[in-house]
Amino acid sequence: MTGEGAGEGKPTAAPAIDARDLTRTFGAFTAVDHITFTVRAGEVFGFLGANGAGKTTAIRMLTGLLAPTSGEARVAGYDVYTQAEAIKRNIGYMSQKFSLYEDLTVRENVRLYGGIYDLSSREIRERTHRMLHRLGIEQVAGERVGAIPLGWKQKLAFSVALLHEPKIVFLDEPTGGVDPITRRQFWEMIYDAAAAGTTVFVTTHYMDEAEYCDRISIMVAGRIGAIGTPAEVKHQFGANSVDEVFVRLARSDTPGRGAA
Amino acid sequence: MTMPASAAPAVSVLALTRRFDSTIALDGISFDVAPGELFGFIGPDGAGKTTLFRILVTLLRPTAGHASVLGLDVVTGLWALRRRVGYMPGRFSLYPDLSVEENLRFFASVFGTTVEAEHEMIAPIYGQIAPFRDRRAGALSGGMKQKLALCCALVHRPDILFLDEPTTGVDAVSRREFWDLLAQLKASGLTIVVSTPYMDEADRCDRVALIQQGRLLAIDTPAAVAASFDRPLLAVRAADRHRLLRAVRAYPHANTVYPFGEALHYTDMRAHESADVVARELRAYLAREGFADAEVSPIPPTIEDSFMARMGAPEGAAA
Amino acid sequence: MRALGGFVGLLRKEGYHILRDRRTLAVLIVMPIVQVVLFGYAIRTDVENVRLAIVDPAPDYATLALRDRFTAAGVFRTVAVLPGAGELDRLFRSGAAQEAVLFEPGFANHIARGTPARVAIITDATDPNTGSAMQSFAAAVIQSWERERAGAVRAIRITPQVRMRFNPTRESSNLFIPGLMAFVLTIISTLMTAISLTREKETGTMEVLLVSPLRPAQIIVGKVLPYLAIGFVSILTVVAEARLVFHVPLRGSVLLLLAEGLLFILTSLALGILISARTSSQRVAMMGALAGTMLPSVLLSGFIFPIESMPRVLQWFSNVMPAKWFVIIARGIMLKGVGLGVLWPETLILLAMTLVLLAASTRSFHVRLD
Repeated sequence: MTGEGAGEGKPTAAPAIDARDLTRTFGAFTAVDHITFTVRAGEVFGFLGANGAGKTTAIRMLTGLLAPTSGEARVAGYDVYTQAEAIKRNIGYMSQKFSLYEDLTVRENVRLYGGIYDLSSREIRERTHRMLHRLGIEQVAGERVGAIPLGWKQKLAFSVALLHEPKIVFLDEPTGGVDPITRRQFWEMIYDAAAAGTTVFVTTHYMDEAEYCDRISIMVAGRIGAIGTPAEVKHQFGANSVDEVFVRLARSDTPGRGAA
Repeated sequence: MTMPASAAPAVSVLALTRRFDSTIALDGISFDVAPGELFGFIGPDGAGKTTLFRILVTLLRPTAGHASVLGLDVVTGLWALRRRVGYMPGRFSLYPDLSVEENLRFFASVFGTTVEAEHEMIAPIYGQIAPFRDRRAGALSGGMKQKLALCCALVHRPDILFLDEPTTGVDAVSRREFWDLLAQLKASGLTIVVSTPYMDEADRCDRVALIQQGRLLAIDTPAAVAASFDRPLLAVRAADRHRLLRAVRAYPHANTVYPFGEALHYTDMRAHESADVVARELRAYLAREGFADAEVSPIPPTIEDSFMARMGAPEGAAA
Repeated sequence: MRALGGFVGLLRKEGYHILRDRRTLAVLIVMPIVQVVLFGYAIRTDVENVRLAIVDPAPDYATLALRDRFTAAGVFRTVAVLPGAGELDRLFRSGAAQEAVLFEPGFANHIARGTPARVAIITDATDPNTGSAMQSFAAAVIQSWERERAGAVRAIRITPQVRMRFNPTRESSNLFIPGLMAFVLTIISTLMTAISLTREKETGTMEVLLVSPLRPAQIIVGKVLPYLAIGFVSILTVVAEARLVFHVPLRGSVLLLLAEGLLFILTSLALGILISARTSSQRVAMMGALAGTMLPSVLLSGFIFPIESMPRVLQWFSNVMPAKWFVIIARGIMLKGVGLGVLWPETLILLAMTLVLLAASTRSFHVRLD
């Protein structure tokens, strides 16, 4: 994406996310097992892994929703243990399962989230106007979100997550189920956001989207099985695509799994 | 499992339309599925896949047009069909508070059979979930749930299987395993109709139908659909992808430019120009723009390329 | 028969659901017990700690001695000693006093002279049962003192006055048991059924059930039968509790009561099915069951508030509530000891309602999603 992919002589800025030996257990079960990684400011970071590998738990810890059992992590400069509320104020979040209220209109949704993040009425008005104009959806501003096409909903949800101009935005499978063109338009929006300085932390099941990221990590059974730029990771595993890396990692984790 | 005596289609649909209030979910679609075929419907959410499947498994009535499955009309042959059809609806449709074993036994009993009697039918799949026999279905991982749901749909030896987005939300590895299972089932002669939003899964079907906003964009083998590209397709690579995208879009002859993983897929406005000429000219342009390292090479199109070419504008957008 | 296997499978599955939903199970089992206890003890006040007001305009040795007696009896608690009866009304109205004993001036003189010495006992009979008990007690205290003092001389004339508050029908508080039964059964049959059916819709499993050879009737009956059983057990529990713990009479036929109870359960089940047919959301089903059946049946069935004292419109409306008819039937059987000979009109009405509702609910259950 940008020239920083190779990671040479770089950011004097503090990392957007800095996790060290981050661990979370639930009784006897270890969901996240001492993961260590950093995400640089302005980076597009792909956080991949199978269902049940610990991704969701890790994200919950990073977004201040769940306290870790041990280890350290700082998000946007704030400590996840003691400054969870500050984290929440400084990040944006969008998930595939839910982001906007279907019963409210576009405008009402924006106003709601603007209010939640303590924006003034004027700021809300201005930013709403700019956002709708940029997305080209002014004509449906007064319609219920439930009635607009899925592709628009996703893009709108993303914009709303950015409304309060957070330093980091967490996207949880944001492009599930949308048509391929909209998917790509969405990623262009992600690039624009990153170019403007927002760090984007995204999870996805589309392996080709992994290629769009500056760096990726793949979680397997609670640990990080691979981390680096897509090119580095592919080289490390001698694979042609991130998909192949994924399969090899999964197979090495559970021997005998899958057809020969 | 009875096979149709003649080569009559397993599924036959003619001018099928379905409306919900003012929305047209299916707009006069027609297609056939041959017996023993693995047929895929590829399209995004809201394309009409679920509505179509519900009509075919007799859960909904068409507003207009006809559909028949296994030679029986979906409206009048309701009860006869329900004995012979296996169905996996979109969401996880099993009982979360029942164990794997209990779920299976229940669905077997509903069809008047037992798990033991149908054991060999579901054996390959059951082998993968057997270790979790006593676990509550709600506590299984996404991939396991789908395998269980598949078992439950198969346990009564249906003559045809309808799977509505069985791999949505499931990780890449589990998806592969699921399709391996489908290939095995197909090998035993079962007709399988699947829907999926993942374009790469299309390659594993015998034939696919691209569906979008209630209409079929194409019906053919995956290879034929992919190849039905009306002009050369080029892959363009360079280190600075973001800048590359903008540069290529600014190229006067550019028709479509889309990111595809590592590369950009480019089509030219001059449909009849040869691939090599187009590639050469683009390379020269990019060199002028400062992309000394740019690689431009013709590539065979994939289903996704074809889908996007046929889609036209994305949903809801002005062109 | 193949179809039977599916039906049995359905029943078994419902059994699993019910047994594994611990919280709901706890409610279903514990609720009838708790309800009866709550209502029983809340309404049926024992005769103890009776708040007594004494009006003694001219205290003398006799009145003082009697006053001590009241205190010593342990049942009364003297809350006021007044020189005149003017304050009494206020004390009764505010509930500060439940009973009052009024001595006339010159009480001791009358006793000494052998002329009638009058005592008035005023009782607040909001609860007529305890009202009469309180009265008897007070009278007994006075009479025992009199006996001790003067042998058999009936020198004291006691004038009881029962003060009527809100008790127009003047019926016993045993009335709540039948109403309680209706309430409990509505929760179990209507609410639980509606929730169970809509839960299948919400999780998407209803689709799969529909696409099977199971007929809609089989699906409904299979899902609803367990609640019939639970409802029946609840009737038994409530009746047993009422008899054993609170000694509520059961003067009529137990079998008839159970039969009518079953009929009422069927009515409630049909209502639950109807509600679930209108919605796919558990939440809506719950609201529908609560607002549409439980609340009206509690308020309008005569359970707590006598129908006779309601405005005409509501009285008329209460006729539409199956619970009202069941309450009449149950009261008749339990308290008056009458049978079908007297109750056949109400039974017929309930039967008709049940049939209509069952027909409507069967028709409402579609073979398809549309």
